[in-house]
Amino acid sequence: MTISIPPTSQQSTESLQPKGWLRYFSFSLDHKVIGLQYLVCGFIFYLIGGALASAIRVELTSPISDFMARDVYNQVLTLHGTIMIFLWIVPVVNGAFGNYLIPFYVGARDMAFPRLNAVAFWLIPPAGLLLISSYFITGAAQSGWTAYPPLSITTAEAGQIIWILSVLLLGGSSIFGGINFIATILKLRRPGLKLMQLPMYCWAMLGTSVLVVLSTPVLAGTLVLLSFDIVAHTGFFNPVLGGNVIVYQHLFWFYSHPAVYIMVLPAFGLVSEILPVHCRKPLFGYPTMVYSIMAIVVLGLVVWAHHMFTSGTPPWMRLFFTIATAFIAVPTGIKFFNWVATLWGGRISLNSAILFSCGFIVNFVLGGITGVALAQVPFDVHVHDTYFVVAHFHYIVYGGSVFVIFASIYHWYPKFTGRMLDENLGRFHFLITFIGFNLCFAPQHWLGLNGMPRRVAEYDPQFTFINQLSSVGALLMAVSTLPFLWNVFHSAFKGRIAGDNPWEALTPEWLTSSPPPIENWVGEAPLVSEPYGYGMRKIKQKVDPTEEDLGGNSK
Amino acid sequence: MTTLASKEETSKEEVAHDSHHPDYRMFGLAAFLIADGMTFAGFFAAYLTYKAVNPLLPDAIYELELPLPTLNTILLLVSSATFHRAGTALKKDDSKKCQRWLLITASLGLAFLASQMFEYFTLPFGLTDNLYASTFYALTGFHGLHVTLGAIMIFIVWWQARSPDGRVTSKNQFPLEAAELYWHFVDGIWVILFIILYLL
Ligand SMILES: [Cu+2]
Repeated sequence: MTISIPPTSQQSTESLQPKGWLRYFSFSLDHKVIGLQYLVCGFIFYLIGGALASAIRVELTSPISDFMARDVYNQVLTLHGTIMIFLWIVPVVNGAFGNYLIPFYVGARDMAFPRLNAVAFWLIPPAGLLLISSYFITGAAQSGWTAYPPLSITTAEAGQIIWILSVLLLGGSSIFGGINFIATILKLRRPGLKLMQLPMYCWAMLGTSVLVVLSTPVLAGTLVLLSFDIVAHTGFFNPVLGGNVIVYQHLFWFYSHPAVYIMVLPAFGLVSEILPVHCRKPLFGYPTMVYSIMAIVVLGLVVWAHHMFTSGTPPWMRLFFTIATAFIAVPTGIKFFNWVATLWGGRISLNSAILFSCGFIVNFVLGGITGVALAQVPFDVHVHDTYFVVAHFHYIVYGGSVFVIFASIYHWYPKFTGRMLDENLGRFHFLITFIGFNLCFAPQHWLGLNGMPRRVAEYDPQFTFINQLSSVGALLMAVSTLPFLWNVFHSAFKGRIAGDNPWEALTPEWLTSSPPPIENWVGEAPLVSEPYGYGMRKIKQKVDPTEEDLGGNSK
Repeated sequence: MTTLASKEETSKEEVAHDSHHPDYRMFGLAAFLIADGMTFAGFFAAYLTYKAVNPLLPDAIYELELPLPTLNTILLLVSSATFHRAGTALKKDDSKKCQRWLLITASLGLAFLASQMFEYFTLPFGLTDNLYASTFYALTGFHGLHVTLGAIMIFIVWWQARSPDGRVTSKNQFPLEAAELYWHFVDGIWVILFIILYLL
């Protein structure tokens, strides 16, 4: 087979880059370094956002606001939401794993625009520090991550402006990243590699990046108008001056509904990579997976007003957005059944990666079901702005995306570092995360159905016990981070040497050393036309030579 | 079947570090302009919604004259054509001609900005007077910012194209092509803005 040389990165700038651990603090152009920069930076923000979440749950163990003053609670709530979405999940499922894996998957030496890539990353730490420092300098924004006017126009002006500035920077970073992914996936594929042979994560990132490029600018423009309302006292969203708050809601949700898919579509892709490797079976229904992603992208752009059923939306609008939202359940359901079918009859090794993946599937189905329920107007009007909504979206973004992030770290850590994580600690980590998560958020459905409003530091004393139960769950989640952190640090020095391909995986990132060399492969990039060909032929084994280990049911 | 080609030790030949992949910067710019266009789309959608549901408050003043913006539209449309001429000249390596057309284009852009400024100062309403006034200034101001950036880009390209062996030549047309695509985009946005803001 003749293989032409894959594209190299634009210039040989590698020699100018620092070597060793210092390069993780530099303006590195290497996609692998940038990916890990995203991951570690995101995880630090996750710890901060998690500490804020713990503070919220401590406050809510009693019905009165005793742990924090009311305005402090509002600030903590706003920072928690903003940090978790814009500084943890979005940068990690997109920036971290996208940058690390996509060039491998398309058979390239780097991303299409390495410099733009580094710029996109280096926008994030200053934006995050800006956001957090606003708490200490001027007082942080108090209007939640949605920044709905008139609340955002009438509370803590300086904090709100800093919030807007920081979200604009993060939005810019996200758009630059999206452009880079689209160009890399569509243009940088090695010769001979067809689109329908790409690993599923590429499709997920392509769909996500299209959403990023189409919807993030709308949020940016809206926030600029909001800042005019705050600074220059224009009246775009101020009813007193003839403006219209509903217009803000429409524009905001035009971004922020797709934002859910920006957080969860890449997670779908990552799970689709992890499952086949650890159950030794091809990914079930590859083409339907691809078309489902496309359907989700298209539908995801036309469902935003399901967040606005109590904002006086006219009946025709309610009907349209209910139906469109219900339709999203179809492609999402297809993906769910494909994952289950992938597991079905496979030789599943119950390691941490697959446990977190299965945890994701369970949690995501629960969050998806409440999502379809919330799309129905009569039900939504009842539970709107209650803890039912809080429970629903934490099942999607934590039970969904964060579980997948952990699964992915367990799966790719050997590639990142060349060493294995401790599996027993990993299983323990999964167990308390899973129990803690469900204990924390499942009771909140009940709280919401019985009318406990979200975003308020105080509540009716009848909800005390259930709230305390939820806080115990949150405590477990906080504690579960400790074995993980120990595992990650300890294994980096003392972990078992992983070798190039400890999972016997077929996707291209495993067909090089761990960690990989600077331009990904010594010599030419391998052409992987069947990234999920498990059990379809005998693979030469190096570590564990039992042939049955490889042969699940072939399709 | 999985093809694990060329992992063999035999293909040790180093991949040439300076072998360049094709230039995808225009593709990236086009994607960026789609994103930029979505910002305008959001503004247009907001303005049209206001028009549909938010009547002008009783004592508010908001009226626009047509002649000046019509002149502005013509200025920008002509400048798109002159920019195209500059590109054609560059392809023939005629740097003198290219520079002349670039200068004409930039002048048309500056004339547009001057005329817009004049309109701003003669209008009977200010930024914060009412919802429509604010929307008008936000939309035209955001567009004007784009024109300003475009004019700066043209001057940079004009400087870089000063001699046939300078940075911008028939062999390296990217700076000119990028500025040209951006300029056409800004002109296109203006036409939509003109229709929505002045004619509707
Ligand atoms: Cu939504």
